[in-house]
Amino acid sequence: MAQYAILIFERESAGGGAPDLPAEVMAAHEQLPQRIVEHGGREIGGLALEPSGTATSIRGDLVTDGPFIETKEALAGVFVIEARDLDHAIELARMTPIVDGGVEVRPLLGIDFSGLS
Amino acid sequence: MLAATVRVTRDIDTAEEVVQDAYVQALTSWARDGVPDRPAAWLTTVARRNALNVLRRQRTLQAKLPLLLDPAVDGDDAGSTAAEADAATIPDDRLRLIFTCCHPALSEEARVALTLRLVCGVATPDVAHAFLVSEPTMAARITRAKKKIATARIRYAVPAPAELPARLEAVLTVIHLLYATGHTARSGADLVREELTDRALELARMLHRLLPAEREAAGLLALLLAHHARRATRTDDDGRLLRLEEQDRSAWDGELIAEADRLIVGALTAGPPGRFTLQAAIAALHAQAPSYAATDWPQIRTLYDALLRVWPSPVVALNRAVAVSMVDGPAAALAEVEALERDARLAGYRYLPATKADLLQRLGRHAEAADAYRAALELTGNAAEQEFLRAQLP
Repeated sequence: MAQYAILIFERESAGGGAPDLPAEVMAAHEQLPQRIVEHGGREIGGLALEPSGTATSIRGDLVTDGPFIETKEALAGVFVIEARDLDHAIELARMTPIVDGGVEVRPLLGIDFSGLS
Repeated sequence: MLAATVRVTRDIDTAEEVVQDAYVQALTSWARDGVPDRPAAWLTTVARRNALNVLRRQRTLQAKLPLLLDPAVDGDDAGSTAAEADAATIPDDRLRLIFTCCHPALSEEARVALTLRLVCGVATPDVAHAFLVSEPTMAARITRAKKKIATARIRYAVPAPAELPARLEAVLTVIHLLYATGHTARSGADLVREELTDRALELARMLHRLLPAEREAAGLLALLLAHHARRATRTDDDGRLLRLEEQDRSAWDGELIAEADRLIVGALTAGPPGRFTLQAAIAALHAQAPSYAATDWPQIRTLYDALLRVWPSPVVALNRAVAVSMVDGPAAALAEVEALERDARLAGYRYLPATKADLLQRLGRHAEAADAYRAALELTGNAAEQEFLRAQLP
């Protein structure tokens, strides 16, 4: 099995804060690891990020307010899965609950992330 | 053969090297012992054995241990007879390779380039030539795409039935683009690059043979056949471009047109038609018409209406305007073309001013027509098209 990071991008509210997730989306997030197992994969670990307004970026000596890259959809979380191949990873990534945005699938270098969660 | 070898190596670069080695071995072995009964099977067997050897070497290096044989792999090698190699070269393997090259995770230009290089066996300099880019640029593009296949682990397989419609779309589009690239070369002296159109037709035939139930695969094959049937008449003896109305219809290939028609009828009766089937039906109506004037223009316009619904594209709308001009006259069509001039997606599309020029000419507005022909002339790099447009100028 190969490892992939699923990067979740969501549109944030105008003030830079994350909108409160609807109850069904929260429930879907909680059920996701189980669903991934049912589809032949495994979730190894995950991180949910505070809104991009809380981010601080450092480039060389320069420290600035905000995320490193300003986009309409902000990086809201990351989780790592095991999948057979890219098609399988895409199938699993599609199950991610999304309000207004999307996900990016990236293969990981062969490093063991099993200690992450 | 490459496809069969990729199945062993799971790595396209290694497979390519291994296949080349097999050819080198053939040169010495066949010169010594004569050409075997089934050269393709011989080459595939040797390529697979080479691939297994490479895999074994890699494994040995990784483990830093003396030759570590996987019994399953070894057994497979020992049993690889010519008959087994024949089974491995069935076109199903090529189909896997096409779907791998046309995976939606790859950019569209990478898909076409990879298909040309790996499925059609076109050399990298020729692929570069077809795309009007330098050889190093194309080599880098192909390398990046192969790297993504390996790193992201794009599966070497025909997708499951549920995924097939979306994936098949990419494959059909690539084959169509291959044909279009060869059909009217964007620049250069010749209008047609036959090696590309022939490859595309061959692929479309294979895809239809392997997926006979897929109506759009039949539609694409019919579309290419209907175009191919007219290929001899698109230019005159001096290489000058001939319009549809000027072409010698008696020189069109009736067998290909009949074959296209059979495919279209089959695809149309099986369910709601997709874009390739509709395009094929339009091309076939043109091909079957006794003359340009006697073409079934109302039917063509109806087909364009249906095509616009399943595939809303400003290029389709422009082509529809030509049918409108034949049904309702050039003035009605000109209004539609002028509306399309406001569509930013058609800015720089040479057939827009060319179509407009033709309509203005038919309306007797010759000065405006000349301006439009000049505008079209500025947008084409193909010598045959340039000459045609220049000949229209007063």
